Amino acid sequence: MRVPVEWLRELVKLPEDVTTEELAARLTQFDLKLEEIISSGISGPLVVGRVLSLVKEPQKNGKTINWCRVDVGPEHNDADGARGIVCGAHNFVEGDLVVVSLPGTVLPALGFEITARKTYGHVSDGMICSSAELGLPGDASGIIVLDADSATPGDDAIALLGLGDEILDLEVNPDRGYALSMRGVGRDTALAYELEFADPANIEVTGTGEGYPIRVEDAEACPVFAARAVTGFDPTRPTPPWMAKRIEQAGMRSISLAVDVTNYVMLEIGHPIHGFDLSSLRGPIVVRRATEGEKLTTLDGVVRTLSADDTVVTDDRGPISLAGVMGGAETELSDTTTDILIEAAHWKAPMIARTARLHKLPSEASKRYERGVDPELPARATQRVADLLAELGGGTIEAGLTVVGSPAPRPAVEMSVHLPTRVSGVDIDPATVVEALEGNGCEVALDHESLAATPPSWRFDLNDPNDLVEEVLRVVGYDQVPSVVPVAPAGRGLTTAQKLRRRVGNVLAGDGLIEVKTFPFAGAADFDRLGLPADDLRRRQVLLENPLSAEEPGMTTTLLTGLLRSLVLNLGRGHADVHITETGRVFLPKSDDAEAPIYGVDRRPTDDEIAVFEAALPDQPHHVGLVMSGERVRTGWAGPGRRATWADAVAIVQHVADELHVDVEVQQAHVMPWHPGRCAAIVVAGVVIGHAGELHPRVLKAYGLPARVVAAEIDLDALIAASPEIGPRPDFSSFPVAKEDLALIVDDEVPAASVQRVLAGASALIESVRLFDVYSGDQVPDGKKSLAFALRLRAPDRTLTDDDIKGAREAAVAAAGSLGAALRV
Amino acid sequence: MSAPNSSYDPVEVTPLNAEEVERVRDEALAAIVAADTLDALKQVRIDHAGDRSPLALANREIGALPPQARKDAGQRVGQARGAINQALAAKTAEVEAAEEERALVTEAVDVTLPWDIEPVGARHPITTLSEHIADIFVAMGWEIAEGPEVEAEWLNFDALNLGPDHPARTMQDTFWVTPERAAMVLRTHTSPVQARTMLTREPPIYIACPGRVFRTDELDATHSPVFHQVEGLAIDEGLSMGHLKGTLDHFAQAIYGDGMTTRFRPSYFPFTEPSAEMDLLCYVCHNEPDAVADCRTCKGEGWVEWGGCGVVNPRVLVACGVDPERYSGFAFGIGIDRTITSRYDIADLRDLFDGDIRFTQPFGVEL
Ligand SMILES: [Zn+2]
Repeated sequence: MRVPVEWLRELVKLPEDVTTEELAARLTQFDLKLEEIISSGISGPLVVGRVLSLVKEPQKNGKTINWCRVDVGPEHNDADGARGIVCGAHNFVEGDLVVVSLPGTVLPALGFEITARKTYGHVSDGMICSSAELGLPGDASGIIVLDADSATPGDDAIALLGLGDEILDLEVNPDRGYALSMRGVGRDTALAYELEFADPANIEVTGTGEGYPIRVEDAEACPVFAARAVTGFDPTRPTPPWMAKRIEQAGMRSISLAVDVTNYVMLEIGHPIHGFDLSSLRGPIVVRRATEGEKLTTLDGVVRTLSADDTVVTDDRGPISLAGVMGGAETELSDTTTDILIEAAHWKAPMIARTARLHKLPSEASKRYERGVDPELPARATQRVADLLAELGGGTIEAGLTVVGSPAPRPAVEMSVHLPTRVSGVDIDPATVVEALEGNGCEVALDHESLAATPPSWRFDLNDPNDLVEEVLRVVGYDQVPSVVPVAPAGRGLTTAQKLRRRVGNVLAGDGLIEVKTFPFAGAADFDRLGLPADDLRRRQVLLENPLSAEEPGMTTTLLTGLLRSLVLNLGRGHADVHITETGRVFLPKSDDAEAPIYGVDRRPTDDEIAVFEAALPDQPHHVGLVMSGERVRTGWAGPGRRATWADAVAIVQHVADELHVDVEVQQAHVMPWHPGRCAAIVVAGVVIGHAGELHPRVLKAYGLPARVVAAEIDLDALIAASPEIGPRPDFSSFPVAKEDLALIVDDEVPAASVQRVLAGASALIESVRLFDVYSGDQVPDGKKSLAFALRLRAPDRTLTDDDIKGAREAAVAAAGSLGAALRV
Repeated sequence: MSAPNSSYDPVEVTPLNAEEVERVRDEALAAIVAADTLDALKQVRIDHAGDRSPLALANREIGALPPQARKDAGQRVGQARGAINQALAAKTAEVEAAEEERALVTEAVDVTLPWDIEPVGARHPITTLSEHIADIFVAMGWEIAEGPEVEAEWLNFDALNLGPDHPARTMQDTFWVTPERAAMVLRTHTSPVQARTMLTREPPIYIACPGRVFRTDELDATHSPVFHQVEGLAIDEGLSMGHLKGTLDHFAQAIYGDGMTTRFRPSYFPFTEPSAEMDLLCYVCHNEPDAVADCRTCKGEGWVEWGGCGVVNPRVLVACGVDPERYSGFAFGIGIDRTITSRYDIADLRDLFDGDIRFTQPFGVEL
């Protein structure tokens, strides 16, 4: 809400010494937050001048300039009683009053200071100004010509034109719709400064009897409708400058007197007004719901197709106005309208909000209706408009006044006089409570410890005791609230999952990975790049109604979409060795027709009801993903480095699992986007919880990435769920170790991990098994490979005998034999 | 083993005279002085102090002497052997030190060579700041609550006193899940986590909820469709706005240091009543008269905007099954991303989300 300070000071007699800055700070403390103070920024000798003489001088360039002698008042005139000024505009004659910026004037619209300068063979000692040069609205084609005798040469034009005015731009919260008017801001200002407030809406309504026939069929949307006619209005009358100025300062455009008056009254008392050209109306006005598909051409010339949710004002021809949002073109006020029907209707906020949203038509009127307009005002608003039209436009106010409906009485809100103290923590005595509420317009009845406050008609936000507390507290001052740290009951710290997620984050950082945060949006193009088959479940997304980009219409199902985008960015910025990780949720819809119910809010939903929306929401597990490109160990002075390989991806996943004491099994897998021969499935208790390995060359090509990028992604929630409450008990023997090496020949297809697993389980004496060499070549048959394992043997209770060792070794060879392995000889 | 036991065997021995002992000793000392490597010293030890050295042999003969002579000879030989051993030890130490010195010189390296061959990881500041904040509240006895990011409309709006026609609801630019009748949204704030907690737990409740939230803002230097916030909720008997202020003041001090404080300005949020915007004392100039005017962080205000807060609207308590006659509470929320950009003077919010490794790396693993 833009508030011209001059207008506000007219409504509230603020002390002269209250500066605009102080006023703004005080209103901010009153929940009318200052956005900015707007001012013209013009300074210097800007004065009224009278053109004494005007000589037209054609120039070589085809232009004609005026060489003028201008009387700018005795204080500023030369010795010969005027100043010489060159002017290129032609909309003025000798004797006209004009606005002159003398040397030293700063006009922000021009961006420089006016100086005396030589031009067209004269010294031009100033400039005759146009509206645009002063940052004013209006005709920019010529200079400003003031009304004859409206001023005297030498008068300060800054004051005359209101260029010294300041405007407060206040942020009005949605609960304070009343403050979208001078009336509302004025009342709060008076309350803040403890001043008298003369309500500009205290208007005596003179109308009698029935006016234009009105029928309201949709009383739910329109509880009050008032109409009043003014006839014989002179449409050629201009808007008085003071009114045009206030309208423009409030951020609206001055259009014509009739329209300006309706807007002025809206700004003044907060009630939107619609004016119909009375002569264009056909038959009685009926307010009703639109029928689906009905058409209305609104005054912006757009044909609107209406919905059954819209309420319309109609006459015999059909809709003539989209209620409270925008009028129709056929009945609008034109520059020939002489008879005007003034509509001031109280439209309900929800209906207006729906319609404004549906037709994408937010307006000054809809903004006010959505936040609530005083329902006591319709008749008074029509009176105020009629009075101004009659006074400024010479019209006659018809006696008939139609008012349909009346506002519902506001119920009183009861509360304990001690509630403000209890809620705020500030000691507030009952007298202060009552005074503050009355200052806000409430009628207060006090009965011992409890009070009943009837909110004023313009306050829709005062329904509960706590609403009253806020009003009391803003008068007492939010800065009075004490600072007391509450004592919470003994807590249990982070949950296991929270602790483990932190631990995983630290493990990944320790493994040299850099965490990134990417947006979880993705689309088919991402899944195509990842090479996901058409029936892959990861293509089933939670889609959005209003995604920011058509390319990414929904939520991602894999962290690799974001990680690979990030990798591309990093490589593009010249980083060669990039190892990044992300932990975040992915979104997996349960079914296409899942619906989360909307319950009431007057009670807690039952557990069963809560279970319904829990069941409808998509699964949103935390995943952890990583991608690595380039060298894992960098080549340098210490020797050659080492590229990140599929094995690094598996090893990091293994490291994370080890930290969580989860036994994972690594299995060969074929899953996009991984290389079919270099992809490991990560299995916990028989369930695949993720994959790690090298990415498929086709995927790398689709992303424009270099060869051999590796990646992993696992379901972190599943991993955490598998993490035991406490880790394994340390269990080791202090008897001597025996070391045995085994070289086994197996088929290429047999995974090393399987061989290792059967060896480890072959004998109770086998303490550990470590693969130390893999060989295939000359001494190994085709299609086979040699795996060399180091076995450590130890008994818990004795030193091993030669027979023990021999037995364990034979058991190991036999176990490996089950996988087709033979001892290499 | 088979050598004669000269101490007891009655063999003829020549008593060692003083000159002979002295000569042997001087010969040994000269050899010690001449030796300048550990190998040479080893040989000297064998020749002059070993089992077959003249003085060792002489020592064996002493036992055969008559008692008086035995004492004199023993003393002489003993002194000579002592002098030799002492000299040997001193020289050995000297040579060892010299050899070590030589070795250390030849083993010297250029320790300024950079060890940059292993990758150094780091955690995103959004993560670490969220954890830091969680730790502050855990230290106060609070717990950390979480919830889904695709959320039921009822929990994101209705339960929080943002009914279908509430103007504040249309002002929150919400991502809606397809189809619209699914009545699901990308949560626009972490407040549904508060509602979930109230729905499932009995008061007293003291929780903080850090998390990722969504609004349909196009990404630019100061807006992001995805951002992070932390909200707090306390529900207990007798809680007031004063407890809210106390909590926030403590929070501010825990993050920004002693002397920090907050101030309230009236505002409007549907889920709190009364509601307030909170400003944080500028953590750069502390609103000190001589520093505030030139302060870039607060632009001369002395305070920076920090978030919103208020007393939990009793309507929210009712919808979430908490008895508003018995319990009251407060809630607050701050932006994590904005805390980072303002504290580290990061001009472009996009830096937090495009994943350039140079952004995260300097933050290490903890803020
Ligand atoms: Zn500052």
